Amino acid sequence: MDVILFLAFALFALACAINVVVQKHPIASAISLIGVMGSLAVIYLLLGGEFIAAAQVIVYAGAIMVLFVFVIMLLNAGAETGSARSLTAQSLGAPLLVGLLCILSYFVQRLFPHEFATHFGEFTGGGPKEVGEALFTTYLLPFEATSILILIAIVGAIVLARKEID
Amino acid sequence: MDFFIVVTLIKIAVIFGVLMTTLAYLQWVERKVIAHIQVRPGPYMVGPHGLLQPLADVIKLITKEDVRPPFVHKVLYMAAPFVAVTFALISISVIPFGPALHVAGYTTWMQLTDLNIGVLFILAISSMGVYGVAFAGWSSNNKYALLGGLRSSAQMISYELPMSIAIASPLLLSNTLSLRGLVETQAGSFWHWNVLRGPFPQVFAFIIFLIAAFAETNRVPFDLPEAENELVAGFHTEYSSMKFASFFMAEYANMVTVSCMAVLLFLGGWYAPFPVRYGSWLVPVVIFAGAGIIALYHGFHAARRRDSYTFPAAGVIFLLVAAVFAAPMVRDWLLPLFWFCGKAGLILFAFMWIRGTLPRFRYDQLMAFTWKYLFPAAMINLLITAFLVAWVS
Amino acid sequence: MAEVPISWYLTLSAALFTIGAAGFIFRRNIITVFMSIELMLNAVNLSFVTFAYQFKKVDGHLLALFVMVVAAAEAAVGLAIILTVVKRRPSMDIDEVSTMKN
Repeated sequence: MDVILFLAFALFALACAINVVVQKHPIASAISLIGVMGSLAVIYLLLGGEFIAAAQVIVYAGAIMVLFVFVIMLLNAGAETGSARSLTAQSLGAPLLVGLLCILSYFVQRLFPHEFATHFGEFTGGGPKEVGEALFTTYLLPFEATSILILIAIVGAIVLARKEID
Repeated sequence: MDFFIVVTLIKIAVIFGVLMTTLAYLQWVERKVIAHIQVRPGPYMVGPHGLLQPLADVIKLITKEDVRPPFVHKVLYMAAPFVAVTFALISISVIPFGPALHVAGYTTWMQLTDLNIGVLFILAISSMGVYGVAFAGWSSNNKYALLGGLRSSAQMISYELPMSIAIASPLLLSNTLSLRGLVETQAGSFWHWNVLRGPFPQVFAFIIFLIAAFAETNRVPFDLPEAENELVAGFHTEYSSMKFASFFMAEYANMVTVSCMAVLLFLGGWYAPFPVRYGSWLVPVVIFAGAGIIALYHGFHAARRRDSYTFPAAGVIFLLVAAVFAAPMVRDWLLPLFWFCGKAGLILFAFMWIRGTLPRFRYDQLMAFTWKYLFPAAMINLLITAFLVAWVS
Repeated sequence: MAEVPISWYLTLSAALFTIGAAGFIFRRNIITVFMSIELMLNAVNLSFVTFAYQFKKVDGHLLALFVMVVAAAEAAVGLAIILTVVKRRPSMDIDEVSTMKN
């Protein structure tokens, strides 16, 4: 059962990721990216990360991607026009990327042989209680630092995007 | 294992059927309530007291011509209502309507599934509900629809913040994210409900949650993006027939979801205000018997000719329902269901009452209200709750 | 075989990262480039959560949460910059934003 779920959502994530990169219109890329994030949330659930799965949907798919969709709608972004770069770059780049992927996969498979297996339900330490405890004890300093970072980002975004009052 | 799947499928069928009927008749209730607030009868021609009006509306919407304007973005135009309805209906799947049912040795709960991150699930689904509105507005190739869609989505994501913080405050008191567990921590009488218990009664959080819920579901007084006299019906300007009906269904389903969340988080779920042994089983009996007697009385002094047989029929039905509630064997499943639906119904009635009473906010007033007043109020409430909970324990 | 080896999760993470890197390098639309960056960050989150499963500690989830928070801040500021740049010159092609003029 885990295998079916993982394969289904992993293939869906890969298809959506390729779609993000391949589509001409940014809105289609944005919708595919939402699909990637949704399927990654399910995969986090398979790995026992309940809180991180919910946070993925709330923060990434429900807020950051809404921001992307807003900007695409506000800018009225059209489909990308014009040809790509030279044909040699394209015909050289794509196989090299596939080669990089194959090398990465080979080394990953070698480092983590088959007996490292996952079972659904084996890791129960990813619930909100454990995450909260770790967040406010061990990781208190990064938590406060990221709060200040978000504050800086809010101020920066407002300053950058407002109209100049002449 | 197989029996579990069969029971779950039966529950899905029951909940879906009841929910669809409720959504249709919720519109009837809203029209009648607003009509009586405005001292007019409301729908009364189609069927007795307009009870078949939702059926007439459904038939009209299905058989209307499905206009697709030119130059719209085809895929998104078709998909937006489906997205809105899907996300609105998914969040019903984790709401518990009552306690455990024991049928012939098999125990099941009146809930499709109990996640131990149930509250986060509902927050996640309501965050995703913004997409239906945004895509509808953008794909319609109409500047009013685009403006309405952008304003409505900005409103929805702005009001998610005070709603999440207002949800976090009773969670400090209940210490669980599972919806079933939330209700269990509010067992007892009405002073054990989250709105009245603990070191800091969550009255402010309840009010903030309701205000944010009005904005999340695009209801008056926050319905500028979809009001007819403002932006030519906003983001659903270019939609007709079934797609328009889908948006309305999504809006009512969102209303039902936030009302159920308010009941579960603040008002004690399916627990009666005072326990059964002090006679709380009498309350539904008295209510329905009273309604039956009033209906019978008005039936015998009917104002209209048709009322001389609809009112007595309604009276008899109400008295039968009161008799059903009086039977002791339904006490452990029908009474909690009655209390849950009663409380959620009161909040839905408040939605309709406010629609008939208040004017709407301008868009900049709306956004200023959330960012300058509601969000700081929610944060202060959370801080006080957290401080008092930490002090007491 | 009712179990999923950990190497599959890590391979998926590597594949998503590679695809994100490809999009970052090959695409010319500003917003698509930005979305490829988000894709790469998601791939890294997946490997964090996978390693948290392997060592049975919650720290991986915490790091993934921090990555998410930083990505949110970065998306906000980056999109504000994109809005400003695109309003100055009406093109969304990153090849045309190559000079510091204006």
